[in-house]
Amino acid sequence: MIRITRRVEFSAAHFYHNPNLSPEENLRVFGKCNNPHGHGHNYTLEVTIAGEPDPTTGMVLDLKELKEILQTEVIDRMDHRHLNYEVPELAGQIPTCENVAAVIWKLLLPRITTGTLDRVRVYESPDLFADCTAGDSNHMGAGA
Amino acid sequence: MKLSLTRRYHFAASHRLHTPLLSEEANQRVYGKCSNLYGHGHNYSVEVTVAGPVDPATGMIANLGQLDPFVETHILEAFDQKYLNEQVPEFAPEKSLVPTTENLCRVIFQRLKTFPSARLERVRVEETSNNSFEIEETIDGAR
Repeated sequence: MIRITRRVEFSAAHFYHNPNLSPEENLRVFGKCNNPHGHGHNYTLEVTIAGEPDPTTGMVLDLKELKEILQTEVIDRMDHRHLNYEVPELAGQIPTCENVAAVIWKLLLPRITTGTLDRVRVYESPDLFADCTAGDSNHMGAGA
Repeated sequence: MKLSLTRRYHFAASHRLHTPLLSEEANQRVYGKCSNLYGHGHNYSVEVTVAGPVDPATGMIANLGQLDPFVETHILEAFDQKYLNEQVPEFAPEKSLVPTTENLCRVIFQRLKTFPSARLERVRVEETSNNSFEIEETIDGAR
């Protein structure tokens, strides 16, 4: 089995706020990420596909095809957008990198028909990232 | 679907790879220049991975407002700008535990596994940009 990984980048704005919590609680839990004006990141997305290389092409999945899927499902939805307001898949969720990774996993899963979606890794910064894998059902993301 | 969150931290420390269990000649043969008498240093990077359910109220596996100070207290304050062989109790001479990055991974895992807000899944330590070491939680608990 071979794993292939494609990396793409997008830039987006977000802030963390739970309307069910008081302003004081929001500030305590989310700190400066609660700034209602929002802030932004250069996100890096790594998508890993696992499978056996096709004996004719030598490819697990044509990277051009994967690039187009990532463009349609992720970049067109999220690049230069405000994740709180402009991405319906995140509606009602705090747009943490855990939840962004889970949303991207769910968007990509039905689109990967050659090979298997193995891992979605979302870097919010070089020092912070979330991984989403198939795993077991005891660790479902919010809204899963 | 399983989610994990990884945070990278950085510290600089010195160490010397040398064990009293081997002769001087054997230490030199095994550890080479890493066994030089006065030690040497690295810029270490540590990846701390926690896993578990995402709290719907926060969207988080673990709040960095809790994880960062925990790692600061248990790792960075203890290791940053220190000589691992003499200033970290786990590597004290009487313990005969050589501060290789394999052993450093284990020590860091042991120190962080009591993090109360999420399950510690993995610790990965980069000794340099070319060397990395990692340890994962095992079925019967942390090693």
